[in-house]
Amino acid sequence: MTRGKNVIRVLVAKVGLDGHDRGAKVVAQALRDAGMEVIYTGLRSTPEHVVQTALQEDVHILGLSILSGAHMALTRKVLAQLKEQGADKEMAVVVGGTMPPVDVRKLREMGAAAVFPMGTAMSAVTREMQELGKRMLAARENAGSPA
Amino acid sequence: MSTTAEPRRATSSSGIPLKPIYTPEDVKGPHQEHIGEPGKYPYTRSLHSTPYSQRLWTFRQYSGLAAAEDTNQRYKFLLSQGQTGLSVAMDLPSQIGYDSDDPLAEDEVGRVGVAISSLKDMELIFDGISLADVSTSFTINGTAAATLAMYFAVAEKQGVPLAKVRGTIQNDILKEYVARGTWIFPPEPSLRLIADSIEYCAKHAPKFNSISIAGAHFHDAGASTVQELAFTLADGITYVDWTRRRGIPVDEFAPQLSFFFYTHNDFFEEIAKYRAGRRLWAKIMKERFGAKDPRSWMFRAGVVCGGSMLTAQQPHNNIVRVAYQAMASVLGGVQSVFTAAWDEAYTIPSEETAELALRTQQVLAYETGVANVVDPLGGSYYVESLTDAVERETAKLIEDIDARGGMVLCIEKGYIQSLIARRAYEEQRKIESGEKVVVGVNKFTREEAPPEIASYDVPEDAKRRHLERLRRVRKERDQAKAKAALAALERAARGTENMMPYLMDAVKAYCTMGEIYGTLRGVFGTFKEPVMQL
Repeated sequence: MTRGKNVIRVLVAKVGLDGHDRGAKVVAQALRDAGMEVIYTGLRSTPEHVVQTALQEDVHILGLSILSGAHMALTRKVLAQLKEQGADKEMAVVVGGTMPPVDVRKLREMGAAAVFPMGTAMSAVTREMQELGKRMLAARENAGSPA
Repeated sequence: MSTTAEPRRATSSSGIPLKPIYTPEDVKGPHQEHIGEPGKYPYTRSLHSTPYSQRLWTFRQYSGLAAAEDTNQRYKFLLSQGQTGLSVAMDLPSQIGYDSDDPLAEDEVGRVGVAISSLKDMELIFDGISLADVSTSFTINGTAAATLAMYFAVAEKQGVPLAKVRGTIQNDILKEYVARGTWIFPPEPSLRLIADSIEYCAKHAPKFNSISIAGAHFHDAGASTVQELAFTLADGITYVDWTRRRGIPVDEFAPQLSFFFYTHNDFFEEIAKYRAGRRLWAKIMKERFGAKDPRSWMFRAGVVCGGSMLTAQQPHNNIVRVAYQAMASVLGGVQSVFTAAWDEAYTIPSEETAELALRTQQVLAYETGVANVVDPLGGSYYVESLTDAVERETAKLIEDIDARGGMVLCIEKGYIQSLIARRAYEEQRKIESGEKVVVGVNKFTREEAPPEIASYDVPEDAKRRHLERLRRVRKERDQAKAKAALAALERAARGTENMMPYLMDAVKAYCTMGEIYGTLRGVFGTFKEPVMQL
């Protein structure tokens, strides 16, 4: 399959042991219908595996879905892995799931480009992902990285 | 807003077309065989001929948190406030068969439920609570067999004979592959373990529900009410098939099968679901499996009110939603109800919100009068007609699954998963377009300050206590005995014997969850999710 030059690629990942994937699958379908390329990891990915897959698939956005309450620790691990791989500039990390407002702030401070807590409209997720994706495409263009 | 547009034809949430008025023409006769009397085949109206006021449904609030001592304390509080049955929530490592000190478990210990790593934890959870006096339900699937063994071992230690132990173990792996995700092994060995525990309960613990065939998680993942019922009954058919295959007559185990559902917002369709479910299961058991014992025909259901119907916006509205759902459940004639706390859309409920959730049921039971009469809606033109329609649509879907080779094949191919994912997406689109109204979400909204709900953090000292206990258990047990029990379990797993006695020995030798399921993973391997066609 050839990858469209200006197509936003997204990895939707279930990280940790949590098995609630309704939201992840709904968002994946919405992003696909909005013209993005979406890869879904399935359940129980580890932070290492998620980052590896994201690099392999060369995605612009790495989306984490976490509904077990373990979002702080798991997001921290994914961000650290990404940094270790030197890919934290060309890839944005977003997080969705059951996070209370106080944690939304903390996740943003930690380095998540966007956080979608329960109650976020699907259309709002899609819109924000479009904008974020465009920014990531432009950033790579400027950095001269292969698209 | 325009008022001249052609009004859209109303449908139920599953898409069943509705008329504005129902009349005697809509009710299929003859009443006696089709609907029947309460307490008699096919049980459309009720499993019992006596109203709830003579024996109320069980108030069963799902809870469990942090370490064993913390959960024990919460249970004692709930029992002191009039709760009549316990329902154990376990954390994810315990649900998937990892010890709490496994690297995979690190961030999840004690988070969505209590951590149970060995029999020691189970002993402490029920410290001071006699298993002769309570009935306990476990929402556990992947590690159901060992959890059941631990509960039975606690009964033994308390001196309570297994014949007196009451409760329910969810033990329904098929829906885990589709919706809840706590699978461990591929379907075949999982089904064997389930049949093992069904057989063991039939022989030793006749008052214990050996499985709770669950539609709840399909429903909450996006399945319609009709899909929820159809997938659940199709799973039930699979479990009966598997258990019968080992030569156990259906009437020896079927009375201990039970069901579990989510009651969502479509009030009358939910009532119709429970009425149609009773009639369908009675027919399946009698006609398809030739069961003769009336207890084998009975569709006994526990339900949850809340879940994905709860909204983060204007969260207090959830109290009202849950109350209506509870009323629908009771008008539908269910056996036990769990009313979720309004803040469960965000977090583990506090003692205060958990109490209000319990009070919701108590008001329903003692103040509204719904408990006075059996099946108060029986004979309603609308309710009987809708019951027929739900039954018809459900039966069609079960036929479709049968034609595709049954539930296991449908799950392995990802068929059920994509039906549910597609509907979840459609529902979300309907909400966002305003076609489906959710109060406080897409209508009657207002600028809200973020609610002041604290994130639940597992207390550090609880986690420490639990991990210390696990280390102590591993150190102080009779090592030779533990080693021998695991070796015997492995041999049994490679053979064809019932594994329950070996699991009983292993838990009593204080083998840990991680050791037991690590051993079985070595024999059975792990499930690989089918690639989803989204």
